[in-house]
Amino acid sequence: MNMLSRKASQGCHGQDSSYFLGWQEYDKNPYHPIQNSTGIIQMGLAENQLSFDLLKSWLRRNPDIVGLKNDGVSVFRELALFQDYHGLPALKNELVDFMAKIRGNGIKFAPEKLVLAAGATPANEILMFCLADPGEAFILPTPYYPGFDRDLKWRTGVEIVPMHCSSSNGFRITSCALEQAYQQAQKLHLNVKGVLITNPSNPLGITMTKTELNDLVDFAIDKNIHIISDEIYSGTVFNSPRFISIMEVVNERISVNNTTSIWNRIHIVYSLSKDLGVPGFRVGMIYSNNETVVAAATKMSSFGLVSSQTQYLVANLLKDKKFTFKYMEETHRRLKRRKEMLVSGLRNAGIRCLKSNAGLFCWVDMRHLLSSATFEAEKELWKRILCQVGLNISPGSSCHCCEPGWFRVCFANMSEDTLKVAMRRMKAFTDSNISAVNDGNKRVHC
Amino acid sequence: MRLLSTKATCNSHGQDSLYFQGWQEYEKNPYDEVRNPKGIIQMGLAENQLSFDLLESWLAKNPDVAGFKRDGKSIFRELALFQDYHGLPSFKQALVDFMADIRGNKVTFNPNHIVLTAGATSANETLMFCLVEQGEAFLLPTPYYPGFDRDLKWRTGVEIVPIQCTSSNNFQITEPALRQAYEEARKRNLRVKGVLVTNPSNPLGTTMSRSELKLLVDFIKEQNDMHLISDEIYSGTVFSSPGFVSVMEILRERNDADGVWNRVHVVYSLSKDLGLPGFRVGAIYSENDTVVAAATKMSSFGLVSSQTQYLLSAMLGDKKFTRNYIVENRKRLRRRQRMLVSGLQKGGISCLESNAGLFCWVDMRHLLHSNTFEAEMELWMKIVHQVGLNISPGSSCHCAEPGWFRVCFANMSEETLALAMKRLKAFVAESTCTQRSAALFNGTSKRKSLTKWVFRLSSRDHREQEER
Repeated sequence: MNMLSRKASQGCHGQDSSYFLGWQEYDKNPYHPIQNSTGIIQMGLAENQLSFDLLKSWLRRNPDIVGLKNDGVSVFRELALFQDYHGLPALKNELVDFMAKIRGNGIKFAPEKLVLAAGATPANEILMFCLADPGEAFILPTPYYPGFDRDLKWRTGVEIVPMHCSSSNGFRITSCALEQAYQQAQKLHLNVKGVLITNPSNPLGITMTKTELNDLVDFAIDKNIHIISDEIYSGTVFNSPRFISIMEVVNERISVNNTTSIWNRIHIVYSLSKDLGVPGFRVGMIYSNNETVVAAATKMSSFGLVSSQTQYLVANLLKDKKFTFKYMEETHRRLKRRKEMLVSGLRNAGIRCLKSNAGLFCWVDMRHLLSSATFEAEKELWKRILCQVGLNISPGSSCHCCEPGWFRVCFANMSEDTLKVAMRRMKAFTDSNISAVNDGNKRVHC
Repeated sequence: MRLLSTKATCNSHGQDSLYFQGWQEYEKNPYDEVRNPKGIIQMGLAENQLSFDLLESWLAKNPDVAGFKRDGKSIFRELALFQDYHGLPSFKQALVDFMADIRGNKVTFNPNHIVLTAGATSANETLMFCLVEQGEAFLLPTPYYPGFDRDLKWRTGVEIVPIQCTSSNNFQITEPALRQAYEEARKRNLRVKGVLVTNPSNPLGTTMSRSELKLLVDFIKEQNDMHLISDEIYSGTVFSSPGFVSVMEILRERNDADGVWNRVHVVYSLSKDLGLPGFRVGAIYSENDTVVAAATKMSSFGLVSSQTQYLLSAMLGDKKFTRNYIVENRKRLRRRQRMLVSGLQKGGISCLESNAGLFCWVDMRHLLHSNTFEAEMELWMKIVHQVGLNISPGSSCHCAEPGWFRVCFANMSEETLALAMKRLKAFVAESTCTQRSAALFNGTSKRKSLTKWVFRLSSRDHREQEER
């Protein structure tokens, strides 16, 4: 007889222990410029730490807001009692404006179609609960965010069917690959309910093209399934091509063809964790054209509402349009600069990246450093980079990439100086590596 | 092929019940002292609005905390980035200290065994996911909080089997009732994974007795896969004797607790004691390491905002403040409860004797024209429409006996409460006069209007209220 549920036991053993070794090693020996200059540099965390100064200065100029006051009058009581799962209207109004701005104001969003949740993590899980029954499946292009294995599947019982993308075409989604994944699902007797994409992509750092999006829409129309577009990185697009949301592509279709049923099957997930760099505040959301989904998701958000204290802060922050405009502009500038630092630093070490225009990381090609084109070799390389070079980066296998040798390397969660140190170490490693790729004497002490 | 999931299209979120109509009526016509003095008074919301002044004055004295400062230095960055599902250590420590204080320090809690969640709603659902498989069941004593039908069952697929409690013994849990519930589950082929109690009880407003708690612990000892969840969300609202005895206290007293330590779990929240439901602060406490580990990971689906964790770590860390708050809050709750009880008495209405909570369990059986739930619904509609009070009918709490209502007393001003009592007294006086003419009333047309009303309202999407 089982005392606990299967989910409770799965949750404790389902982790790839070698992947977590990276975290453990970092925790045991974290880099510090002065106190621990030989420690491990964390490059596996997709955080945006570049623009806190801007947020802090806004807070200094607006002490009333954090003090839970509105025009000098305390709103503490109202906020303390506010647990309406429809969310603070002021916040939803600001969020739809903000989302529209990120998309170049080419789309208008309606606040009543927005559902708030304590982060994109619950937002994604809620959508699974709303769109799929246990045992049904969603197609996800690889490589994808490792967290999806838990967020989408764990408590929902939904399956993920990977759609493998390869470097042969820059990891782009193709109709062919979509169809292949669908056939694979049929073979496994899995009922596919939809496709979930992350756009801009984590871990690739690229925005999807119109062609990809249209192919995806065609596919979803043909199979009569849903599209979830996790656009959590939409505010981190720092270079052309511009960000094109799934919503834009579907809107175009509707005005041309008058086909409305796909309209009902498009859902966007968003969060302030990456754009504003406030993952601790737990502000996520679902945007859906489907009334039933909005109604059900709203009730489900009871299991993870956003703190009213935080809703109030963020509503006021976003209301300051002058500030948000400058903030986005400046953040993009800083992200672009940082990415270029990483790319040139790696190039200096003879390492190339996938050309990217978004995100907080680069998708790095280290295939040439592998002792063999296998995942075992990738793991070995990853361990060497962790222990010898002292960089915690994410191996492609953890993102279900089908080709060994790719790594996700973050650039926005450390200072410029630290990034430079990381690049220097990398260069030293590849310089010595050229002469000693298979040197068995180079012991790994981790 | 079905477009959406079964969960999205079924109504096991329980919000289509007739009961939610009262809410809509209130919203269409809410009482306001100045602008709408004839409107409906909200007495169905278990909120604690009595002690905000204490919280506000603390905030005014500690502006730095809300401003993301610690010792004069900004920690905005650290908090903005803090999404560790283990929770802010200083907050967990302050929380367990507060929980111990509420229990007169007869129990202490280890902060490493606390899991923070976005409210007790999230905590309860998470425990179901950790302890129970889809299709298995938990026993709950009736009457119980209506929200459990959604929180425990909806996305988890868990069943609830009621333990029927009655007024014959003040709705206490008895062994025969427990056995009967277990039998019923067995007949329905449901494996029982445990019992969930709310202590102090919602909607009864009473603390559980030691003997009830011992009965429950003995019960789960019988099978080594049964758990006991004690939702102690109202533990800080105990305003008179007998005091609050937590299930943890019972465990600590027993010598034979060995077998059950890792199967007893406590749920808590700051929504009732501190009156902060909007801040979404809940917690699971368990001595079972596996449960803590799994629940911690699951809390990713509903973490507490770091901004809020920090604010409350400072507030609850201020022991002088919390001790005074606990005492003063209890005093105010006691006073309010007495106002309600005596006001009802003046209208010839009695309540279950209570010592906790934000509501009374009111006996209106004598006002029913028959001992049925239909009669209870009729009475309730009359009270909503004619008297202008939105109270909660016992049937919405799955009470086995018709005629009981939950009436809240801590979510309005004293004046409003006084007005509500006046209205009720007038209604009762009138009812007593017209009772003799009840026989002349056309029962058929009454039923028709009930049906019309149901169809008209049940087709609309309802705004949920946190009825807790």
